[in-house]
Amino acid sequence: MQALTDAGLYRRRRFANVSILIISVLTTAFGLFWLVWLLWTLLSQGLQYLDLSIFFQATPPPGSNGGLGNAILGSIVLTVVGVLIGAPAGVFAGTYLSEFARDSKAASVIRFVNDILLSAPSIILGVFVYEVVVVRMGHFSGWAGSLALALIALPIVVRTTEDMLRLVPNSVREAAAALGAPQWKVTVAIVFRAARSGILTGILLAVARISGETAPLLFTALNNQFWSHSLNEPIANLPVVIFQFAMSPYDDWQHLAWAGAVLITLTILLINILVRVFLKTPKSRY
Amino acid sequence: MNTRIQRGMIIDRLFFHSTRIFAWAVLTVIIAIVVSLFIGAAPSIRKFGLGFLVSTAWNPVTENFGALVSIYGTLVTSAIAMLIGIPVSFGIALFITELCPPFLKRPIGTAIELLAAIPSIIYGMWGLFVFAPLFGDYIQPWVTDHLGAMPVVGALFSGPPLGIGILTAGIILAIMVIPFMSAVMRDMFEVVPAVLKESAYGIGATTWEVVRHVVLPYTKIGVVGGIMLGLGRALGETMAVTFVIGNANRIHTSLFMPGNTISSSLANEFTEAVGEMYTSSLIELGLILFLITFVVLAVAKFLLFRIAGREGRRG
Repeated sequence: MQALTDAGLYRRRRFANVSILIISVLTTAFGLFWLVWLLWTLLSQGLQYLDLSIFFQATPPPGSNGGLGNAILGSIVLTVVGVLIGAPAGVFAGTYLSEFARDSKAASVIRFVNDILLSAPSIILGVFVYEVVVVRMGHFSGWAGSLALALIALPIVVRTTEDMLRLVPNSVREAAAALGAPQWKVTVAIVFRAARSGILTGILLAVARISGETAPLLFTALNNQFWSHSLNEPIANLPVVIFQFAMSPYDDWQHLAWAGAVLITLTILLINILVRVFLKTPKSRY
Repeated sequence: MNTRIQRGMIIDRLFFHSTRIFAWAVLTVIIAIVVSLFIGAAPSIRKFGLGFLVSTAWNPVTENFGALVSIYGTLVTSAIAMLIGIPVSFGIALFITELCPPFLKRPIGTAIELLAAIPSIIYGMWGLFVFAPLFGDYIQPWVTDHLGAMPVVGALFSGPPLGIGILTAGIILAIMVIPFMSAVMRDMFEVVPAVLKESAYGIGATTWEVVRHVVLPYTKIGVVGGIMLGLGRALGETMAVTFVIGNANRIHTSLFMPGNTISSSLANEFTEAVGEMYTSSLIELGLILFLITFVVLAVAKFLLFRIAGREGRRG
């Protein structure tokens, strides 16, 4: 009798175990399934509309031929300016957290706030920049868009810079200091050099993140049907053009939206994969 | 020689203070966001008071606004995302840490992480043009047929199979937060000391029993922290939801019906809002969203911080 119940218990335990493990495999397949489906959709819908003229012609009015040239250029400009503002600020702030204030109260407050900013809804940053820049200037502008993107890039760079600098062993700093180097020299010439690839990784991840951001650009950079010559006016950019064209009833606009979607996704995935293959990956994202 | 030391000290001070300025700038940004949202929302706060939170009105013509429909949509879509996302993320983390052959660990982990890298507007387009039509044609009628007659649950799954709506938005949100939650859970599961797991295996526990009775109790705070982090993302997600939610200012019992979230209202209406009260009400929506996500993310940070503190002491 006792042996029978034991056999039953064993069977139940094995059954629970096997079913959970099967479910676990299925959930992983479930996660990968969406990635494959998304990419397949993009390639099958978008590749056919991708040709050279996309890069050189401006966005058309409905019903005529055109490309995404002005939007691609605008996106590159906005992203570059955004990173140029956000990345140096982030590297400096990360340096402060890691090198000067590692265990202080102030540092833990800033770290906490930075992590909140890292996950804060990007559309809120758009509203914020609208309030403080667009309303003050009286018009939408590329500068406002870049600033919104910089605010998204900033916490990413702060976080990865601090994490990467902390990986540099203290003995390296002590060795440099023992040779009489002032602290700025220790930090810039020794610690930064040791953490170079990690810091670069953070900046690249920030580029990947902001180049696809749409929400904060809706009320800041807005959009522009023509080639923009100045950051002081509304500027065309790929995400907002994709949004506008995809939501439109015109077939040729929707085709351009798919082409843009392929471009932007492949660029971002490429950056992400390159970062993971060639550089040190920051351990945590939270 | 002395001048060199002095110069070094001056540059040192400059360097220290400039890094400090930028570090404090991060804090300033958050404070500035809260202050500017409060200032922008002030006219609407003065006019509607706390009633704003419980009013379903949204009428630009009579300038009568309320946040309830958007808050409802935000909470319900996020709840659906959590219902689907939590078990799936848990399963993925379990697979990667306990089952996966070592050579597949990195490729699978990376592939899941790439889901997080895809911009949300792409999810939106895919959701609207690919997922929603299939969902409306095949899944929704099937669900209505099988669950529609049940007493309480049926009401949730009734109505026309439009494809778009609250449920579709929730499902797409789930796909978007899975990579974040599973990454946190995976990192948590990986720091469980091998000796604890080995002792459980040693007395004959199955893999599931080890996870259930050793890994989960050891990491539960971190797992909850990861879930809160995913929730924070889901609450604020904008573009993907905007595409598929249908932009309707009504609360329906059915999850198949279109609705609105705070972020989709902002994305759809902010640039077109005319008049101070309209803009101000939208900014107050933004303020509400920011405060909700702030609390959720703060709780997430707090829990994950406690885990990190424990690791530190053990190390």
